[in-house]
Amino acid sequence: MTTLLEVKNLRISFPGDAGTRVYPVDGVSFVLERGRTLALVGESGSGKSLTALGMLQLVPAPGRIEPGSVVRLGETDILALKGESLRRIRGRRIAMIFQDPMTSLNPVFTVESQITEVVHAHFDVSRGEARDRAAALLEEVGIPDPLARLKAYPHQLSGGMRQRVMIAIALAGQPEVLIADEPTTALDVTVQAQILEVLDGLRESHGMAVLLITHDLGIVAGRADRVAVMYAGQIVESAPTASLFARPSHPYTQGLFGSVPRLTGALGRLSPIPGNVPPPDAWPSGCRFRTRCPIVHPRSEQAPPLLPVGPDHLIRCWLAEGPE
Amino acid sequence: MNGALPRAGSILGTPSARAGLLAITAILLFGALAPLALPDPAAQPDIVSGALQPPSAAAPFGTDELSRDVLARVAAGARVSLTVAAIAVALAMTLGALIGIVAGYAGGAVDAVLMRIVDGALAVPRLFVLLLLLAAWERMPLVALIGLIGVTGWFGTSRLVRAEVLRLREEGFVHAARALGAGPGRVMFRHLLPNTLGPLLVAATLAVGDVILLEAGLSFLGLGVRPPTPSWGGMIYDGRAVLTVAPWVSIFPGLAIIATVLSVNLLAGGLKAALSPRDA
Repeated sequence: MTTLLEVKNLRISFPGDAGTRVYPVDGVSFVLERGRTLALVGESGSGKSLTALGMLQLVPAPGRIEPGSVVRLGETDILALKGESLRRIRGRRIAMIFQDPMTSLNPVFTVESQITEVVHAHFDVSRGEARDRAAALLEEVGIPDPLARLKAYPHQLSGGMRQRVMIAIALAGQPEVLIADEPTTALDVTVQAQILEVLDGLRESHGMAVLLITHDLGIVAGRADRVAVMYAGQIVESAPTASLFARPSHPYTQGLFGSVPRLTGALGRLSPIPGNVPPPDAWPSGCRFRTRCPIVHPRSEQAPPLLPVGPDHLIRCWLAEGPE
Repeated sequence: MNGALPRAGSILGTPSARAGLLAITAILLFGALAPLALPDPAAQPDIVSGALQPPSAAAPFGTDELSRDVLARVAAGARVSLTVAAIAVALAMTLGALIGIVAGYAGGAVDAVLMRIVDGALAVPRLFVLLLLLAAWERMPLVALIGLIGVTGWFGTSRLVRAEVLRLREEGFVHAARALGAGPGRVMFRHLLPNTLGPLLVAATLAVGDVILLEAGLSFLGLGVRPPTPSWGGMIYDGRAVLTVAPWVSIFPGLAIIATVLSVNLLAGGLKAALSPRDA
């Protein structure tokens, strides 16, 4: 296993009320390995998409990445890059695909011009060569009759086709890392499976590292090698996929699986986590999940660090130290 | 339609848009082909007995007080008026799009400064500024007149484009372009600009009508296109002295202005309808 990209203590802040700052991403660390998929799972507002944007220095104003954050791609410190050298990373070494294929393609250009634009932006190739690459990319993402589809405009394609085109565009720079931010959320269930299949195949054939951002644990099983669960700007549980599914250990993860322990009622009944993720300026001190947690640990007013509960399996919860 | 360019078929969806396009094409052809079939507009064949002749087979629009053929002069005026309008509008749209895109995409202080300049400029009546400049600069060449009409015509356009950019800048494809390594220049001119072309085209078409009227008005006041270059406004001015005895000298250039502006506006209406199907 080779570490390709390392995110260490990533903190992203936005101005809050009266000169204070809030931290919707607060000390996130993980590594991406060549040919592996890491799933970043969490509810809306947990900071998972912002984490991805931070990795490419695309945090929207007035947000900023705090000093001390590290995003390292091989030998390159991405957060230290500016201007041209930063643009050469985006799309070329790290590419990103977005949730909504309906709006992520430019409505006034053909598929061909949108793919070849990325090819020309990163490689010095002729127009004919760029066109051949575009056709090959469409073929690779499973679009039938690629030469005809090159001439299509986005509105002539279905949602699943558009997301395939988005993936083809992302692949045009031959990136080492692919960030997929909720790539299937806007699609039908059957199409979801196809798109994930395509991503899986590409990860294997290109040896890319994939960061799969999702709120849906269902699409994680069998696809990701490792899962990191985010809550309130922090990773609260991190484990190999099999281990996480066999033994979800953080109360929040257990809540996500719909099986909060110690709740009375019929076995197997779904029990949603009460409430929503609080906004960043309303996070409780100490354990950030304690306001929604079914277990009240005596130490929950102190912020827990990530603690081991098994081999390579960490949770941000005092329960890891044993029952209270 | 998302602000994109409409298809030709949908622009011509309404009868009035079809009529507008047809009329504009006819006027352009009339102006362009007239020198082949009509007498020299500057020729004064018989200033004594050929002046102020009513419309006839030889001169369908009659002749003016210098015995010049009014039909030939209306055609020559079409070339001048439409050229002035086209170049001035192209200049105004280019400036407006450029400033609107920069203001909308940069935001913050850049946006604030540019838009306050636009607010200030819009508060000054355009006609008075032009009258003042034309009065100060005697013998202004036609190129300068076109330039002045252009640089006083972009303010509204910049607001329109800025508003479109503000709407588009948070669209997914803009984020995607940036995430894939596009710099600000590429995002603005390659991704945002083409998406504003639809509304820009409507604005440009309407502006052509406005500029034709503006140029005619200035020429009528003797300040726009200078004689002997024929212009519709100038011809109406020339005809006012003989209005009671030879009304055709003024009426035909007047009709030409009405027909041109009307058909341009009909075409703009068709474009607008094609761009926003829900309003149609």
